[in-house]
Amino acid sequence: MIPAGFEYHRPGDIESALSILTQHGDEARVIAGGHSLIPMMKLRLTDLSHLIDLQDIELLKGIEVAGGTVTIGAMVTQHQLINDQGLADAIPLIREGSLQIADPQVRYVGTIGGNVANGDPGNDMPGLMQCLGATYELQGPGGTREVAARDFYEAAYFTERAEDEILTRIRIPVPAAGTGYAYEKQKRKIGDYATAAAGVLIRIEGGTCADASIAMTNLSDTPVWSVAAANALIGTAVDATARQAAIAAAIDEIEPVADNRGPVEFKKHVAGVILGRAIERAASRAG
Amino acid sequence: MNDQTMTPEQRAANLKGMGSSRKRVEDVRFTQGKGNYVDDINLDGMLFGDFVRSPYAHARVTGIDAEEALKVPGVLAVITAKDLEPLGLHWMPTLAGDKQMVLADGKVLFQGQEVAFVVATDRYAAADGVEAVEVDYEELPVVVDPFKALEPDAPVLREDIRDRAEGAHGPVRHNNHIFTWEQGDKAATEAVLAEADIVAEEMVYYHRTHPCPLETCGCVASMDKVTGKLTLWGTFQAPHAVRTVASLISGIAEHNIRVISPDIGGGFGNKVGVYPGYVCSIVASIVTGKPVKWVEDRMENLMATAFARDYWMQGKIAATKDGKITGLWCHTTADHGGFDACADPTKFPAGFMNICTGSYDIPVAYLAVDGVYTNKAPGGVAYRCSFRVTEAAYFIERMIEVLAIKLGMDAAELRRINFIKADQFPYQSALGWEYDSGDYHTAWDKALKAVDYDGLRAEQVQRLEDFRAGKTRKLMGIGLTHFTEIVGAGPVKNCDILGLGMFDSCEIRIHPTGSAIARLGTISQGQGHATTFAQIIASEIGLPADDITLEEGDTDTAPYGLGTYGSRSTPVAGAATAMAARKIRAKAQMIAAYLLEVHDDDVEFDVDRFAVKGAPERFKTMKEIAFAAYNQAIPGIEPGLEAVSYYDPPNMTYPFGAYICVVDIDVDTGETEIRSFYALDDCGTRINPMIIEGQVHGGLTEALAIAMGQEIAYDEMGNVKTGTLMDFFLPTSWETPHYTTDHTTTPSPHHPIGAKGVGESPNVGGVPCFSNAVHDAFRPFGLTQSHMPHDHWRVWKTANRLGLHN
Repeated sequence: MIPAGFEYHRPGDIESALSILTQHGDEARVIAGGHSLIPMMKLRLTDLSHLIDLQDIELLKGIEVAGGTVTIGAMVTQHQLINDQGLADAIPLIREGSLQIADPQVRYVGTIGGNVANGDPGNDMPGLMQCLGATYELQGPGGTREVAARDFYEAAYFTERAEDEILTRIRIPVPAAGTGYAYEKQKRKIGDYATAAAGVLIRIEGGTCADASIAMTNLSDTPVWSVAAANALIGTAVDATARQAAIAAAIDEIEPVADNRGPVEFKKHVAGVILGRAIERAASRAG
Repeated sequence: MNDQTMTPEQRAANLKGMGSSRKRVEDVRFTQGKGNYVDDINLDGMLFGDFVRSPYAHARVTGIDAEEALKVPGVLAVITAKDLEPLGLHWMPTLAGDKQMVLADGKVLFQGQEVAFVVATDRYAAADGVEAVEVDYEELPVVVDPFKALEPDAPVLREDIRDRAEGAHGPVRHNNHIFTWEQGDKAATEAVLAEADIVAEEMVYYHRTHPCPLETCGCVASMDKVTGKLTLWGTFQAPHAVRTVASLISGIAEHNIRVISPDIGGGFGNKVGVYPGYVCSIVASIVTGKPVKWVEDRMENLMATAFARDYWMQGKIAATKDGKITGLWCHTTADHGGFDACADPTKFPAGFMNICTGSYDIPVAYLAVDGVYTNKAPGGVAYRCSFRVTEAAYFIERMIEVLAIKLGMDAAELRRINFIKADQFPYQSALGWEYDSGDYHTAWDKALKAVDYDGLRAEQVQRLEDFRAGKTRKLMGIGLTHFTEIVGAGPVKNCDILGLGMFDSCEIRIHPTGSAIARLGTISQGQGHATTFAQIIASEIGLPADDITLEEGDTDTAPYGLGTYGSRSTPVAGAATAMAARKIRAKAQMIAAYLLEVHDDDVEFDVDRFAVKGAPERFKTMKEIAFAAYNQAIPGIEPGLEAVSYYDPPNMTYPFGAYICVVDIDVDTGETEIRSFYALDDCGTRINPMIIEGQVHGGLTEALAIAMGQEIAYDEMGNVKTGTLMDFFLPTSWETPHYTTDHTTTPSPHHPIGAKGVGESPNVGGVPCFSNAVHDAFRPFGLTQSHMPHDHWRVWKTANRLGLHN
C-alpha cells in the first residue's frame, strides 16, 4: 500500500496547473480530494509521475447562488455543500445527497469536482448533477467550454473531459419553487458505494406532475438519467400506477453488474424499490 | 486514610479492588495517542522488509528474478526459499503439527502467499523492490471447496506430503485430508437417532471470516552481533511461546532471545500464530546485522494472516415428541486452507468443538471433524473465542431452532426443558467435558422477563398479520441464544501448544512504601489487564489498585506463561495472581503478628490490614507491614515481600449467557435493523463491571459484523473477493445497535476468586443470536436454514425464495 514515486505540484492558479498538465501529458494527474486517486496510487493501479494538487487555486472554491443559478467551485468539499445555507435553501437535494456520501471524515476532504470528474459509477454526485441538469465548466489550454452533466459520462472512468482539461466549476439551475426532491440510497454500511441510489425531482401543479427528473447511481457503468422514467410521471398524479410505470422504465435502462453487493437480479429489484421510495418522498415534498 | 474512622466498606472502596468499576489505567495513553505499538519502534539503522506475494491461489513457481529489484536504490536483499533452505528455515512448523512454507518452495497454495522478502533501507524502497521482482508462475487447478478437495480426482495440493497415510492427528484417507477427529459414542448416538420420535437434520455453515484487529501483524527483529542476543518486538499474543518456538526453530539459545510484545492494537486470535514475516525479519537481521521491521498492510492482513471459522457442520438432533433431546450427531468438514496452521491445543485438532452439546443435557452425542486442505489462506484461529467454541455454539443454537421448527414448539421453551439443571453441576457432558458450574434456568427466566418475551411474541404475531394483509413490508424476528463456553485453557494434563503446557503465571513484588509491581505471563491487547489484575491484587492483599503497576509482554522480565487468547487470562493468570497475592498475604500475616506481639493465628485480615482478633483497634496496615518487611529485622522471616505463582488450572471454566435480540427486516431490500439486544452474561465473579460491559459491547459488535456481513469470500479461481475494508465489513458506530447488558453470578468453584472470563462470550453468543433472529423472522414462511452472513442480498434472496416478492 505504498505508491511509486512521483513529483508533487501545488500551483497557485489554474493557468499554472494547466501548464504543468500540458507539459507532462498523461504522466500527470490533478488531485482534488484524492479519495479515489490515492488508493489507486497506493495499489499501484495508477501509474503517474506528476501529481498536481488543486487546493491552492482560489478560482476553484466557493458557492454562489445568483440569478437562478448555483455555481459551485470544483474544490468545494462535501462538508461545505452540506453546511452552506444558501445552497441548502436553493437546492436542498444536494444537501440530502451529500449527507449520504461516506462519513464526515471523508466529506471534509472529498470534493464535488473530484466526485463528478472521476467518472466512477459509484459516486453519488454524477447522478445528482444529471438529475438537476447541471453543466460542467472545463478549462484547457484552448480556453473554456461547458458540457452538460447529462452528456459528460461515456463509460466507467471515461468522460467528455480531455486529458489536458480541468473541471473548474459546476453550474446548476435552481429548480422552480416548490419542486419536490429526494435522494434515496441503499448501501451496506457507512462509507460504502450505493447498492442502488436514485435522485428524483418532481414539480406538481394542480395535483398533476408537471415536470420530473430521475437519475440513478451505480446501476450501470455511468449514471443513468432516465427520460422515460420521468415521462411516466409527468401528467399523472404520481400514484402507485405511475410510480410502477416509472420504475419499469428506469429498470429497463439500467445495466447493473454483479459484485459483493449482490447479483444483477437483486440489484434490479432493489433499484426499483429505492426509486419508488425516492419518487414517493419527492412527491410528498412537492407543492 | 487508613484510620479507624473509616468503615471497612469505605476502606475497601478506596482500594478499588474486585467489583469496582475502576477506570482503565491504559486509556490515559491510548486516548492521547501515546500508545507504543510495534510500528512506533524506530531503531538506528533499521531496515524494512516487504513481501512479494502470489497473485495466484495455486501455481508452480518456476522462477524468481530479483535482478531489477536489486537495482532499486535502497534495496539491499531479496530473500527467497533458496536462501532460507540452507538454514532449514524455508519451511516452519505450524501450531497444529503441520509445516508451512516461509517462502514459496516451488509452488504457492493460496493467493497472497509469501514468495520473496525484499529488504531495503526504507518502506518505500522495499515497496518499489517488491514491484520489481519478477516471478514466473505456472497456474495449477484451484480447489476452494473442501468437499471437492476430497473427491478422488482432486488435484494434490500438498505435494510435499503426497501419499502419506498418517498425519499429525492420525490416519488420513486422501492427499487433501488432514485429519479425522472423533468424540463421543458413534454407535449409541446412531442407535438413538434410528429410534427417535423426531430427528431434525440440517447443514449449518459458519463462513470464513477474519479477526481483523485494528493494528495488523508485525515485528522488529534486532540481532546484536556483539552480544549474540536477538531482541524481537512484535504483535504477539503469546510472547513466551514465541521465544521458545523461535529458539527451537533458529537454534539460538533461549536465553539469547528476548521477545517483547509492546502495546497491541487488538488480537482476537489473529496474533497467536507464527508468520513468515517474523522468520524473514529475524533472518534478515542476522544477515545484515541491522534491525529489520516488517509490518503488514490491511490487505495482507486480510488475505494472508490467520482467518477464522470455515466449518461446514452437518447436524442431526433427536428428540421425543414433547421436545426432550435424546441425542446429537455432528459431522464437520473443516476448511483449513493450504497449510494446517490452526491455533489449537495439540490434542484438539478441532479445538473444543466438542462443547457442541451446548447448555443442554444431551445423554448421548457423537462428533466427527474432517480437516481438509484447500487453496485458501491457512489459519483457523479462535476469533475472539476459545478454540472453535463459536462454531460449536452456532451449531447447537441453530440445531435447537431447527428442532423447534420440526416440533412446532417455541424455541425458548424447548431450550428451557433441555437445560442442564443447576443441581446437575459439576456436569459430565456426553462429549467429555466437566462443566464446573451454572444456573441456566435462572439466567434464562431473567432474560425472558427482562425483554417481555411473551409481549414480543404477541407483537410478532400482529406484525405477521399486518404483513399478510399488506399493511407492512417489514418482518420481525426474535433471536434467542443460550450459550455455554469453555475457556481458560487449560489444565496442563490435556492442554499444550507445541508441547508447552498451558499454565500461566504472576510475580508480585511489594515495594517498601506499600506500592507494588506485578508481572504476568499473559499480554493485554486491549483487555485492560493493567486495570483488572491490579484489582485482584488490591482485594487479595489490601493495597490500593492505583499503587500497583502491571507489566506484561517482556520475556526477560515477566514470568513464563502461554499468553492471552481463549479467554484464558482471568481463568489462568488471574488465578495465578490471586495465588501469588495469597502467598504475600500469608507472609504479611506473620509480620503483622510479630509487630503486634501476638501469635500468627491471633491476627485476621481486614480489608487493608491485619488486626488482632477481637481487638480491631490493634492493627497494622499493609503499608506498615510492607515497610517492616524490608526494614525491620524479624526473627525467622527473611526480608522482602514478594511472591510468584505458576497456576495450572484443575479444570476449564464454563461462562454462559442468555441473549435475546429483535430485528426488523425489510423484505424488499434485505436491509435489517437490530431494534434491541439484551445480553445477560454469567462470567462468575465480576472483577470490573465497566470493563465487562465494554468487553460485551465490543464482542457483540464483532458478532454483529460476522452474522450480518463480514466474510472472507473467494471466487472459483481462489481470488479473495473481500480483501479491503470496502467489502470486509467492520461496523462503525452507525451500524452498531444499542445493547442492554445484564448478569447473573455463578462463581467457578475451582477458581481461586471464582472468575470465569468474559472477553469472548459476546462473540460466541452474539453470532447465533443475530442469526437466529433473521431466521426467526422467516420461520412462518417455511425457512429452516439460510447461511450467514445475513447481508442485504442474501436476506433478499431468502425472501425471494420464499415467495415474498410475488
